[in-house]
Amino acid sequence: MAMRGITKRFPGVLANDAVDFEAAPGEVHALLGENGAGKSTLSNILIGLYQPDEGEIRLYGERVDFHSPSDAIEAGIGMVHQHFRLVPPFTVAENIILGEHREEARRFVVHPRQIEKRVAALGERYGLAVDPGARVWQLSVGEQQRVEILKALYREARILILDEPTAVLTPQEAEALFATLRAMAAEGRTVIFISHKLHEVKAVSDRVTVLRGGRAISTLPTADATPRELAALMVGRDVELARRVEREVPPGDEEALEVEALTVRGDRGEHSVRDVSFVVRSGEVVGVAGVAGNGQRELAETITGMRSPSHGRVLVHGRRTRLGDPRSAIRARVAHVPEDRLGTGVAPTLTIAENSVLKSYRGREVSRGPLLLWRVIRNQARQLIERYRVAAPGVDARARDLSGGNLQKLVLGREFAGTPQVLIAASPTRGLDVGAIETVHAYLREAAAGGVGVLLISEDLDEILALADRVVVMYEGQLTGEFDPATATVEEIGLAMAGGERS
Amino acid sequence: MIKVERRLQQPRWLSFVVPVGSVAIAFLIMAVVLVVTGHSPGHTYRRLFDAAFVGKAAWNDTITLATPILFTGLAAAIAFRMQLFNIGAEGQLYIGAITAAGIAIWLGPGQARTVTIIAMCACGAAGAALWALIPGVLKAFGRTNEIITTLMLNYVAGLLLTYMIFDSASPWRDLSTIQTRSFPQSVALKPSQFWPTLSPFDVVLPFGFLLALGVAVALYVLIRLTRFGFEMSVIGDSQRAARYSGMRTRRKILAVMAISGGIAGLGGASQVGDFSHVLDASPQGLQGANYGYTGIVVAALGRYNPFAVCLVGVLLGGLQNAGLFLQGADFPTGLVGVMQGIILFCTLGGELLIRYRLRLGRRAASAVETAPAAEAAP
Repeated sequence: MAMRGITKRFPGVLANDAVDFEAAPGEVHALLGENGAGKSTLSNILIGLYQPDEGEIRLYGERVDFHSPSDAIEAGIGMVHQHFRLVPPFTVAENIILGEHREEARRFVVHPRQIEKRVAALGERYGLAVDPGARVWQLSVGEQQRVEILKALYREARILILDEPTAVLTPQEAEALFATLRAMAAEGRTVIFISHKLHEVKAVSDRVTVLRGGRAISTLPTADATPRELAALMVGRDVELARRVEREVPPGDEEALEVEALTVRGDRGEHSVRDVSFVVRSGEVVGVAGVAGNGQRELAETITGMRSPSHGRVLVHGRRTRLGDPRSAIRARVAHVPEDRLGTGVAPTLTIAENSVLKSYRGREVSRGPLLLWRVIRNQARQLIERYRVAAPGVDARARDLSGGNLQKLVLGREFAGTPQVLIAASPTRGLDVGAIETVHAYLREAAAGGVGVLLISEDLDEILALADRVVVMYEGQLTGEFDPATATVEEIGLAMAGGERS
Repeated sequence: MIKVERRLQQPRWLSFVVPVGSVAIAFLIMAVVLVVTGHSPGHTYRRLFDAAFVGKAAWNDTITLATPILFTGLAAAIAFRMQLFNIGAEGQLYIGAITAAGIAIWLGPGQARTVTIIAMCACGAAGAALWALIPGVLKAFGRTNEIITTLMLNYVAGLLLTYMIFDSASPWRDLSTIQTRSFPQSVALKPSQFWPTLSPFDVVLPFGFLLALGVAVALYVLIRLTRFGFEMSVIGDSQRAARYSGMRTRRKILAVMAISGGIAGLGGASQVGDFSHVLDASPQGLQGANYGYTGIVVAALGRYNPFAVCLVGVLLGGLQNAGLFLQGADFPTGLVGVMQGIILFCTLGGELLIRYRLRLGRRAASAVETAPAAEAAP
């Protein structure tokens, strides 16, 4: 696969500037760069979503012109997007044959059993365990990702692009994914791995191409570069890699959030949170580590009122909240940065201004009687995007046109605007680039320093170790361990995440 | 080979060019039909335009025909905005007509006209709103599909209307003379109960038409300026985001169904008060006009914007008016229907081009063709 002199302009932006990029069969090639560096644009050109303004794409030496993703799929290019393209009410097997026009999928009568069998066989071969008969909405994010990879494999993709694939995985799961990717490369496929995580790029790829500001800065064998050198190439200056910062303000001892004996049923009716109790003190960051799908989402949703528990209590500064009622949590000033930013954290087709008052629109400052004061709202939104450095054309831009990092800044800015007592942050840096992660971490630290009790739910152990004052591990709905991040090792925590012995 | 692809960007000019282009194409296709059937397209179009939009009489008829469509179009638009697919404006309009006629008959001709009008509007809207709340409650608390329940209730409402005039001795039925006993019809409103008209520019504007315009303005304010409208757009965009921000989605479903039904009900009241002055249960009456279903088309073409709905409603009223005018010995009714159908088909079909594009072109090379033989997939 070779892309030569690819240039793509958007109104006001030069997204790709004469980019040369090539990857050989049998290699895992990392595409490294910050958000806005042009990785997404480049991969979207390769999969036919965009047409380049200049330049050409060659596959196995032949020039190709993709006018739509279906052309690219036909040419054997598969992509696993950061935001999955799956139909939630459909089964895994049904999702895999969506848009597929060969063999079993082509028949007038589709035999799900046969397809499920084939999917299961594929899954076994590549170590991608997922029940082909399960419905997608019941799966954890990590499992959904496996479905996306299976979908590409099912279509016999010879070139597979993965956009930030490890964001949803545990260290052990990421390791398993890397094994899958290497196995696919060993069969002569080309794997393009888009990431900004240096140690992953180091761990999995054979070569790496670094993009910065829309240009391909350099392509080099991964073994020849240190993470620090790669980081410098990516950002264009020397950077500090994520590390623990000692707190200037120690956490208080007032109990900001108390969760008592919480038991919650998940979407499938199973007990996804079982008898969980813990306390978050004001100014404290408690990290909840765990593999995706072990009840963290249900826990966050219950504390914030989006889900009703079957048992248990939640107290904010000693006062009980009405469970199953988001408004009660909002009144108790529980801020929530949801895992699903686009779709839950914001209404995607509404504007930034509208989304900035998603929770405060009932307040006195922005309304008079039944009327909303749009002038005030737009002014506030303007201040918000300025203060939190949300890169957007204006407050009338639609939320879904923002990049992941800017969207998260908008959500955080809005949640902080309500002067929270407690902040529930679920995977707050998932899919963000280095710069945006630094910013989000700074905001979380700032919140804790200001006395907010922060519950940080994340699948990224590095993040939890860098930020948390205390770490609890969730496995199959229960808390299976508590650690002091200053002394605990990744191995110890990883063992608890996999359901090992309790401490 | 033609491919249909989703547009990644939707340029703004498309939303203007496409409808205009669609109408032009419709007239082109129709010109072929006219030539084949031995009519002169130029002459026919001229007559059509004159009949709908030139002169006082043309405008009077156009507005008369547009009035009920404005109500049902607005009723559909407000509900569709929240992704609440109320297909039941048809039945809600019948119920509005029944309750409005009922209160007028019960009050009798002795009341002041203002009292009669207010009572008819209030009862028409309230009756239809309650009717619309049946699927609303089912949707909010039972998660039933509102498309099906509202649609089915249309038949129930239609049969109820027939029953009241043809199959029973209800208070709506006129049993005072031998003639009305053998040819069933409803008690007629007395002239003192007729709704007034205004004629500012020599064109007769029925009270119901002005009421519909008022409703459009009220809806615009509701959607754009109020908290309620904001909640509607969030719920319409993402139910999860609405729940996340603590909105009461169930209540909003009930409220919007009631508002939507109420507007359709006002349309029913206007039919009785403005135009027919009876509760017309005959097949050529309310049930033959399909106002509710036409309203859905109007709402879609107007992209759920209240003012655009009014504009489209008047244009569609004009088209129907022209159809009535054209038909005669030399121009069969069927041909009028064909013409209206082609125009609707093209404009609705054109909507597709706003969201999708068509591409002509060769098939891209497939993986099998581009892959070297030695490296074919394992």
